[in-house]
Amino acid sequence: MTKAHVTTSVNGDPYEFLCEPGETLLTVLRDDLQLTGTKEGCGSGDCGACSVMLNGRLVCSCLVLGVEAEGADVQTVEGIGNKDSLHVIQEKFLEHAALQCGICTPGLIVSVKALLEENPNPTEEEARYYLAGNLCRCTGYDKIIRAVLDAAQTMKEESAI
Amino acid sequence: MVSVVYEAPNSIDEAVRLLKESEIPARVLAGGTDLIIQNNSTEDQSRLIVDVKKIDGMLEAKFSKDGLELGPSMCCAELTARGDIKQIFPGLVEAAYLIGSTQVQGRASIGGNLCNASPAADTIPSLIANKAVCIISGSDGERNIAVEDFVTGVGTNCLRVGELVKLIKVPMPSERSSDAYLRFIPRTEMDIAVAGAAVSLALDDDDVCVSARVAIGAVAPTALLVESAAACLIGTKLDVVALKNAARAASESSSPISDRRGTAEYRRHIVGVLVKRAAKIAMQRAQGEKV
Repeated sequence: MTKAHVTTSVNGDPYEFLCEPGETLLTVLRDDLQLTGTKEGCGSGDCGACSVMLNGRLVCSCLVLGVEAEGADVQTVEGIGNKDSLHVIQEKFLEHAALQCGICTPGLIVSVKALLEENPNPTEEEARYYLAGNLCRCTGYDKIIRAVLDAAQTMKEESAI
Repeated sequence: MVSVVYEAPNSIDEAVRLLKESEIPARVLAGGTDLIIQNNSTEDQSRLIVDVKKIDGMLEAKFSKDGLELGPSMCCAELTARGDIKQIFPGLVEAAYLIGSTQVQGRASIGGNLCNASPAADTIPSLIANKAVCIISGSDGERNIAVEDFVTGVGTNCLRVGELVKLIKVPMPSERSSDAYLRFIPRTEMDIAVAGAAVSLALDDDDVCVSARVAIGAVAPTALLVESAAACLIGTKLDVVALKNAARAASESSSPISDRRGTAEYRRHIVGVLVKRAAKIAMQRAQGEKV
């Protein structure tokens, strides 16, 4: 099988990789680019643990082929905040204890960022609907939603300064 | 896992040639939310995947004087964000908005939903109610087929080897008309229709229904156009009796199965209820109400 050569951008950095044409973007990110922040949950687009931004749209990277990343702009959780300076959403997840085992958290952080960019002032209902594709088996969602609404409030206040 | 050959042609002609001349089973890739999962479970040894998203017009939607020209690979998230489409076809947009999660809507397309031909596909009843037509390209040129004739069975459609859906055309509705789609699921999100119903109708100045189309989903091997239900609405002001008759006609046309989502008896009943409610919403919208 001939491997495909793909040139792409991940978190603003140029990347080149070789992949099997049937490999998913999730596998490429984790196994070839060592960007293991993106998690595999179900592998069938149901759980959202592998959420990334592809050309500005929130998608499940398990439902994207690696070859489709050719010329694309991919944003993963590694591009949101860093060890020294967390993103407000990440801070609020910690503050509200919105995670336990942590497998769903990277996907949620990516999805929450997408939500707040589209809708900086979501109601609880809007947030719950938008995030319905991010499953969490630990927290019961309540703490996650509190973190999201608090992050929205804080980001709004910060942008007003 | 299947071994994949991937091609991303820039033109319809090239896509048709690749699909036609392939010696291994060939599949069209749009959003991939069905296809990529099927790649993991197929019995095919190898597959040609023809990604059609680089072809001009596949990801676009525009209005001409005749109606909406919808690129079949446009993702649902983009469609639902289009105010101009929502204003004219709110039912079609609400069907797209019900598919999967935000993530799935970021990839899944109307053309993919149609070609995948699930009995429970949410957008197919809406397309049928709105008289949508598929423009199909093949090596012998183009042919048009109404959406209600496109799906031939569970997971099967009328595309021949070497053909693909190039465009979906939805005719412009007349004045004082609108549509609605409702589905029933036991949860609020992230589920597959137990039953679905789409209604498109037009009213005259006295609020009498002058034309209607009713389509139902998840209650037969394919989505069905139910002319007998539409006939119960036409010539009425959608009074209680007319709605009841339309509901009964829809229930009688259905041939559902029992599965873990619901019994056949329940589906037959609920599809009638959905027709009734969708007809009322379509009427209110046609009268200019925001519902």
